[in-house]
Amino acid sequence: MARRAEPGVLALIAIGGALGTVSRYEVGQVIHVAKDTFPWPTFVVNVSGAFALGLFLTFAIERFPPARDARAFVAIGFLGSFTTFSTLAVETVTLVKDGHAPLGIGYLLISVTVGVACCALGIRLARLVPRRAC
Amino acid sequence: MLILGLVVAGVIGAPTRYLVDSYVIARTQSRLPFGTFVVNVSGSFILGGLTGLVLYHAFPATPKTILGTGFCGAYTTFSTFAYESVRLAEDHSPAAAVRVVLASLIVPAAAAAAGLALASF
Repeated sequence: MARRAEPGVLALIAIGGALGTVSRYEVGQVIHVAKDTFPWPTFVVNVSGAFALGLFLTFAIERFPPARDARAFVAIGFLGSFTTFSTLAVETVTLVKDGHAPLGIGYLLISVTVGVACCALGIRLARLVPRRAC
Repeated sequence: MLILGLVVAGVIGAPTRYLVDSYVIARTQSRLPFGTFVVNVSGSFILGGLTGLVLYHAFPATPKTILGTGFCGAYTTFSTFAYESVRLAEDHSPAAAVRVVLASLIVPAAAAAAGLALASF
């Protein structure tokens, strides 16, 4: 996104990152799943986070630019850390390794298709809001 | 204690993602979102390795949660991957976006499997 690492921007990303990380962990504490079943906590954070990022970034970039600090805090920091790709990948591999290949591969495919679709939906919804007069 | 560790992991992981992403974008000069791809592949490899250390070498649970759920979780991102894929399809090329999505279905999972396999030795 941005090219130069400025201390203020990095600090906002770090604070947003801490909040996003703890929030994702807490979702995992609230939604309990048994071993060898569909990993709902990761699915919920990834899909909701992708929807929220589509909504937020479209507002920030197309309606209220440049919104640099808000983008650093919310988009790169909070939502970037709230969602995760490494857990998705490892959960997929673990399910396949433990003899649940259809569930693992299905989980990966459903996460990516639903996540991308919900992000696109967020972008479309944000564009329904009229541009501010200026 | 665990929450404090997760806070520190998030404070380090998110800016690391931003710096790696910016570095790769500056190096590749491409419309394709290589920065997020590199982050997600490398983070998946590390988390695969950590998971293997827990499974095969009795690596303790709390450090694993802080490094894995905390650092790797914050370092990698799903939302940015989804957003960049949609925007690539809108602004540049739906075919390129499909290739990015396909690569992201295969390569991070393969990297996680490689990390896991490496840690089994």
